[in-house]
Amino acid sequence: MATDADRYAVASQAQLIWWRFKRHRMAMISMVVLAVFYILALGADFLATSDPQATDSRTSYIAPQPIHLFDADGSFRPWVAGIKGVRDVKTFKLVYTVDSNRRVYIEFFGHGYKYSFLGLETDRHLMTLKDAQRGEGIYLFGTDLLGRDLWSRLAVATRVSLTIGLVGVTISLFLGVLLGGLSAVYGGVIDTIIQRAIEVIRSLPAIPLWLGLSAALPNDWSVTQVYFAITIIISLLTWTDLARVVRGKFLALREEDFILAAELAGASQLRIVFHHLLPSFTSHIIAAVSLALPAMIISETSLSFLGLGLRPPAISWGILLQDAQNVQTLALAPWLLLSAVPVVLVILAFNFLGDGLRDAADPYG
Amino acid sequence: MIAFVTRRLLLGLLTTWLISVLSFAIIQLPPGDFVDAYIAQLASSGSAVSAEEARSLRELYGLGQPFYVQYGKWIARVVVGDFGESMEWRRPVIEVIGDRIWLTLALSFAALIVTWTLALPIGIYSAVRQYSFADYIFTFFGFIGIAVPNFLLALVIMYFAFTMLGASVGGLFSAEMTLAPWGWEKAWDLIKHLPLPAVILALAGTAQLVRIMRANLLDELRKPYVVTARAKGLSEMRTVLKYPVRAALNPFASNLAYQFPQLISGGIIISIVLGLPTVGPLLVKSLVAKDMFLAGTIVLLLGVLTVIGTFISDLVLMWVEPRLRHQLD
Repeated sequence: MATDADRYAVASQAQLIWWRFKRHRMAMISMVVLAVFYILALGADFLATSDPQATDSRTSYIAPQPIHLFDADGSFRPWVAGIKGVRDVKTFKLVYTVDSNRRVYIEFFGHGYKYSFLGLETDRHLMTLKDAQRGEGIYLFGTDLLGRDLWSRLAVATRVSLTIGLVGVTISLFLGVLLGGLSAVYGGVIDTIIQRAIEVIRSLPAIPLWLGLSAALPNDWSVTQVYFAITIIISLLTWTDLARVVRGKFLALREEDFILAAELAGASQLRIVFHHLLPSFTSHIIAAVSLALPAMIISETSLSFLGLGLRPPAISWGILLQDAQNVQTLALAPWLLLSAVPVVLVILAFNFLGDGLRDAADPYG
Repeated sequence: MIAFVTRRLLLGLLTTWLISVLSFAIIQLPPGDFVDAYIAQLASSGSAVSAEEARSLRELYGLGQPFYVQYGKWIARVVVGDFGESMEWRRPVIEVIGDRIWLTLALSFAALIVTWTLALPIGIYSAVRQYSFADYIFTFFGFIGIAVPNFLLALVIMYFAFTMLGASVGGLFSAEMTLAPWGWEKAWDLIKHLPLPAVILALAGTAQLVRIMRANLLDELRKPYVVTARAKGLSEMRTVLKYPVRAALNPFASNLAYQFPQLISGGIIISIVLGLPTVGPLLVKSLVAKDMFLAGTIVLLLGVLTVIGTFISDLVLMWVEPRLRHQLD
């Protein structure tokens, strides 16, 4: 019978980290939250209930509509209220409002707009409406000025905003590990130059520079080109924290006995770096990355919010929040603020996850 | 100590230089040279520029010559205070910016003061009374400060003020004071309007610093010398403030210096949401309209302000932190 102490003694480092991480309850919850968000991002088009780009003046500013699960006879048959056009007696304009007497039934795995999922062309969606008239839809989170369904737009925006963070962090990580590593391994003049450069970059006001650089992106660039350009612009100023972490860990580990042993055994500099040093602080890097991600996401959201980041027809959290910029609009359509909820949740979750990982990164401490 | 100040000063100059190059690059980035853009702008508003004028403008800015020559010509004029002409406003850039730059500075400094005066006592309290009710409250607000981007916070506060109080909380002046000439009354009006945007702007930084201060102080409080001090009968107040707090101040203070760039950055966004008459809205408008001299100048001025602000923070830091004063002697 192995006791807990025995198990502890023979556990691998990954296991130790996992055990330590499991004790951080908020970090565990955050991991689940983030997993849900990334699944949502992956299946965004499948989960979308209507085309996120389709505009319809009839459905402008419809308040969030609940899904009723049971029909009048008590059987399970989800439905939403339809819409009807009412002639305004004063202006003779046709005004569309929610018609709670009309029931439009929901069909699961029905046909909707076409999209491609992992290279497969399909038009299946989780929920669509059966026999819907034009303008009717499942408006879980309401619609915006142009009558686009906020839930569907939010799903697609989540994919854009979450991946922009990942791509950006990858670039920052590359720069950070490279420059932080160089700084620590070579020391001397190279170290001084890189360290001063980091100090200078950290004291630059980021937003004005980002704004200036992203305003210069040509107007005729495609959504994808702008997407990558924005990520690169953001990463150029955000690699410094990662470089500091890498350098600090490098310097601390270089003094350890096992590195000396490797040197005495005749291992080359490269082998020591990649075989001995990097694996022993990968966990620290992962922790630093999960703390850098939220900053990345906030940056993209802020730039797009100001109209100088991603541009429509791209959909991201910042672009959705741009619609909510005006207080008068918000008073008319408060549900537009719902776009802020995923931003806050994801940033919080990444912070907790990063905290948990940082605590668990060094399981012997 | 002199070594520390000189080092900081040199770094500041280096940063200023880098910012000036970047600002000029931003002016240059849009495709086509800006004399073409200028002529097109004028033509669209009905007035024409003669070939002669265009040629002399090109001469003036050194267009067609290498980047460093153009940069040299530009910086030589910037140094004597000539920032060029705003294409959109058809007035010298410096006139368009006007006192917006000072209001930007006022907002950032107010936020900095809020950060300093809140973060330190809250950090100390949260560490000394760890897991108390107030500690949980502060931690909760801290997480809000970290997780909610400040423009979102501004948006939400605006929304609730508008729907619940029916009041607009934006702006830095009351309506009747906006166009009034500067005087005591206007300054007082500004002081009355400043706290809300300053607090919104300061929240993220404060939350971050509270967490740093709390963690550092908790580490210090567990050390044996604190027990010794208590055993010797020092009052609790003195035990905490005299040694552990000063020891915990170092990482706290070195982080403080980087608050100013973040405040300048954040100020731009919340100014747009709250409609504050700082350079923020002007910068975004000029970038959208490709009014590059205006945009470049604003980036340059903000950068220089950041350098000055960081330098001042460094001096304050040196004053509160004896180890820094002596380590480089």
